[in-house]
Amino acid sequence: MSGAPLDLEELAGRSYAYGFVTDLDTDLAPKGLNEEVIGMISAKKEEPDWLLDWRLRAYRHWRTMSEPVWQNVRFDPIDYDDIIYYAAPKTKEALSSLDEVDPEIRAMFDKLGISLAEQERLSGVAIDAVVDSVSVATTFQAKLAEAGVVFCSFSEAVRRYPELVRPHLGSVVSYRDNFFAALNSAVFTDGSFCYVPKGVRCPMELSTYFRINAAGTGQFERTLIVVEDGAEVSYLEGCTAPMRDENQLHAAVVELVAMEGAKIKYSTVQNWYPGDAEGRGGIYNFVTKRGLCTGARSKISWTQVETGSAITWKYPGVVLKGDESVGEFYSVALSANHQQADTGTKMIHIGRDTKSTIVSKAISAGHGQNTYRGLVKMLRSAEGARNHTRCDSLLIGPDCGAHTFPYIEVKHPTARAEHEASTSKVSEDQLFYARQRGIPEEEATSMIVNGFCREVFKELPMEFAVEAQRLLSVSLEGAVG
Amino acid sequence: MTSQVAERTWQHNVHLSGGAPAERPGEPAWLSAARRSAFDWLSQHGFPTRKDEDWRYFDLAPVLGLAFSPNREPSIEPRAADLGAVAGPSLGGPRLVVLNGRYSPLLSDVTLGLGDGLHVASLAGEIRDGGPGLAQRWGDGAYSHAFDALNAALAVDGVYIELAPQTTADAAIEIVYLTVAAGDLPLVSPRSVIFAQAGSRATIVETHLGLGHGHSLTNSHTRVVLAAGAHVEHYRFQAEGPEASHLSVVEVHAGEASRFASRTLAVGGLRARHEVRARLVAPSAELRLDGLYLPAGEQCHDNPVLVEHLAPGCTSRQLYKGIVKDAGHGIFNGHVIVGAAAVGTEAHQTNKTLLLSDRAEVDTRPRLEIFTDEVAATHGAAVGQLDQDALFYLRSRGIPDRDAQAMLVAGFAADVLDGFAPGPVRGLADRLVGSHLEAGSGAYQPEVKR
Amino acid sequence: MLVIEGLHVEVGRTEILAGLDLAIPAGEIHAVMGPNGAGKSTLANVLAGRDGYRVTAGRVKFLDHDLLAMSPEERAAAGVFLAFQQPVEIPGVPNMYFLRTALNSLQRAHGLAEIGPSEFLALAQDKVRLVGIDPALMSRSVNEGFSGGEKKRNEILQLAVLEPRLAILDETDSGLDIDALRVVADGVNALRRPDRAALVITHHRRLLDLLVPDRVHVLVGGRIIRSGGAELAGELERTGYTGLRDDRRDPVATIGASR
Repeated sequence: MSGAPLDLEELAGRSYAYGFVTDLDTDLAPKGLNEEVIGMISAKKEEPDWLLDWRLRAYRHWRTMSEPVWQNVRFDPIDYDDIIYYAAPKTKEALSSLDEVDPEIRAMFDKLGISLAEQERLSGVAIDAVVDSVSVATTFQAKLAEAGVVFCSFSEAVRRYPELVRPHLGSVVSYRDNFFAALNSAVFTDGSFCYVPKGVRCPMELSTYFRINAAGTGQFERTLIVVEDGAEVSYLEGCTAPMRDENQLHAAVVELVAMEGAKIKYSTVQNWYPGDAEGRGGIYNFVTKRGLCTGARSKISWTQVETGSAITWKYPGVVLKGDESVGEFYSVALSANHQQADTGTKMIHIGRDTKSTIVSKAISAGHGQNTYRGLVKMLRSAEGARNHTRCDSLLIGPDCGAHTFPYIEVKHPTARAEHEASTSKVSEDQLFYARQRGIPEEEATSMIVNGFCREVFKELPMEFAVEAQRLLSVSLEGAVG
Repeated sequence: MTSQVAERTWQHNVHLSGGAPAERPGEPAWLSAARRSAFDWLSQHGFPTRKDEDWRYFDLAPVLGLAFSPNREPSIEPRAADLGAVAGPSLGGPRLVVLNGRYSPLLSDVTLGLGDGLHVASLAGEIRDGGPGLAQRWGDGAYSHAFDALNAALAVDGVYIELAPQTTADAAIEIVYLTVAAGDLPLVSPRSVIFAQAGSRATIVETHLGLGHGHSLTNSHTRVVLAAGAHVEHYRFQAEGPEASHLSVVEVHAGEASRFASRTLAVGGLRARHEVRARLVAPSAELRLDGLYLPAGEQCHDNPVLVEHLAPGCTSRQLYKGIVKDAGHGIFNGHVIVGAAAVGTEAHQTNKTLLLSDRAEVDTRPRLEIFTDEVAATHGAAVGQLDQDALFYLRSRGIPDRDAQAMLVAGFAADVLDGFAPGPVRGLADRLVGSHLEAGSGAYQPEVKR
Repeated sequence: MLVIEGLHVEVGRTEILAGLDLAIPAGEIHAVMGPNGAGKSTLANVLAGRDGYRVTAGRVKFLDHDLLAMSPEERAAAGVFLAFQQPVEIPGVPNMYFLRTALNSLQRAHGLAEIGPSEFLALAQDKVRLVGIDPALMSRSVNEGFSGGEKKRNEILQLAVLEPRLAILDETDSGLDIDALRVVADGVNALRRPDRAALVITHHRRLLDLLVPDRVHVLVGGRIIRSGGAELAGELERTGYTGLRDDRRDPVATIGASR
């Protein structure tokens, strides 16, 4: 059956299931941020001078900037000197095989439902596992190498493939882009790097699993994906963190480069710890993600399911530079309890006959606040550009909020942009219909909400779609009725 | 930065020419206090820049770069014939003319349409002779931006209209704001207050026109207060001169089960901003806000619309359409806020823009902010050119290209124009749209498809 | 099986049902006919437990239950099924999945084992064929983009799968062609069993000719003003509802007759 949601009843009683802490022996930098700390991070990673210089330029620029203020998003000021910018589980010098991964780490990932043992992976998804500031394991590297695909931690890429990293680092998201991008550029510690050469269709799904474990730390990862002419890749990321009363900062940068005819599909299931029912604790997820369709007929597709984090702030965008290039953004964002989500996309149409599609589904429950903020910009060169935006919000309960702030800027007469949006609560008629057939109210609500999101879920790889539906149902528990 | 210099110059000019605002001789104390607070607000907040969300697309720099001087007497004294030439025939009711911010008894014609229960006066007269109620209806001290505060600080005259309970004014009441310039950079600040008491009904037509030559700045404010069950149909026609800057605010305070409809038609000015701000403060109020704006040449037309639902069971609908020619710039800045108390709200917002030239530019931002779940809210925006299939269809039936385009443009505007009351009001709208579309730099030439 | 006594129902401030009495014994099919605005749909919705209807007096007994005290899903579990006059569209929820969830909700409520996807598929396929619904509609979202006739067939499919004790059909026949009408009649007739009953609300005779109800009741002004056998439907067609007003004085006698 097509996309049948999984049975929800088995999940009854579950709440945030990933909130445990693993006792790892961790190597920590001293709290605070200054040029010394940046030097230390760079030295630990044995980085070349050009990269340290770049970090320092970013840091100096960051110091001239001020923290942004966003409508409908409230948080206490962050003390950037009270954050540990580098935390790494202590490991042996170098791993020669996955078998050498620390058993504690392996156990932690097993508990998260992520196996680092290649033979246990059924679906052939290669995983880069990132704990706090560093990558701890990357699976299937050998198999990928046969196809010419590079998939490894960012640090490793800087050491082994500087010629692939250097021209693209900061080419899509400059360190001047915004406050958090600047901060990330200064202190980023690890993340994933992926390179797919000309004409290669990546033989398996690539995936990075991000885990914050240590207390008092921030996670600042950086992901760079470069796909050459006619090549294709599908990349997934998942995120979890322990339950803590403090707020932890996660400020990532993701850059995608698609050359002529290249296709990148980037999927996220974000389930950072959202804080408790009273709004204590949780991750501040301030992320800059952008793709550049540099070649003609290239395509970048973002799909995100955002159920976690105390605050989510991200606008995965696509710069449609190549003629006939395509950008897509499919999003489900759920804000329950006291969560706040301010998310959307930016589609910048530069090339001729470029096309973008935006589908955003926002769900607010409890005291949750959900804001869609989207920019569609069609420049004077964007002859024949097309955009279609569909933006729906669902409200559950009288105390939540849903806000829609589209920006449409058009400078070419043949360009066409359409935006449609609706906001309402779960339909009484639908609820009654389902209940009349015997389906209990909470389950009926969950079913209707899942149906509301289906257009987005179907864009996810199968495994992730199931996970996403499950997360949504779990996150809605207690919010209904 | 230039804008800071400009701002300082501005404040300087405004203070010098207007005198210390709180010390206008003969004014009641409440008004002096209101002026002072407006000035304080202005000096505290300063003028907006493009970093302000609401001014993101509207370039104020050229306005702030000119040394406008407030409250100038008009440099040319227009005669009734001059007025007739720009304003056209009467709409059949009283015509109240405000010349450079001051009510002109000479140009006004109040021989028609004044019946029992309809009180019409100059605002200055009402300040002088009227009851204490005006103090409450003058404004609530909340300013959405510097120009709003500036009007409150500088305005000395305009029109006051009050409808007694259950009164119906049969004929449309026309307010003509005439800005006369002759290279003297006038800043005019008319202010009008319309108070519709319980169950009253009226049609109010505000027309903004220009005479003379050179830059001018009209910074007008109209406040409409509707008591329970009142019903006001409001129109705003903006057809100022080609070098005029125009910033007008219509501020609405809607009481229980009141109905307010406002339709803006903008064809004039060089840089024009037509703001509507409505607060639905009591249950079951109904609001309809439509707009049609046609920037051509180098014109920029901005349309900020703010609707606040603050009580249960209210309805609001917005339909704004733009037709942008030449190097025109059309902006829609819609914003609907549904507060936590506003259960059972229905709110709809639509903006559509037609681009008729390569250099035309459009920015649209239909925003919804919703803080309760008992709502049905939608918004939509579309930007595009004439439907090429429809154009081809018409031409294949033998209709010349130019006529076919005009037909489609008229069709695009129809659902907004159809909301204009049949008769003289619709006639005025058709006349303004017609002459505006015929002028400009010719019809749009569709590009050859690749 | 179903006993309604002195039922008064208001919508807003208007009284729609004004002392309605009706009893349907197990094993019987009863029809309720009446002009527009008589309260037919109100009756159906009140029995199913829809919000927005205020019961000001009266009781409804269904088997051993006080029906009015139950939530919609409890009523469904007890065996009440309403075929909607306007079936609701639920975007994004596959029709087949919806039906299985409904069936398993009932199974669960009865303490029975749930039915797995493949077993369900086999079960549903038969009924899909029987009802003559396009199998492609099963993987589409519930009722979304269905034609009027397809929606009604879908209601009958749900009826056939869920096998309720009491089926209430709220003008299911309106706007249907003769083939679809036969599907509806067959669907109801297939459920004729001594322990089941049906309440068919309609204002046309067409469906009743195919169904042959045991009793026909006439609902006017919020009350049953006359009851009779299947032949009453024919009589109504000839005389219209206005000719019946005389009987209104003695509704108790008709109730007595139907018990």
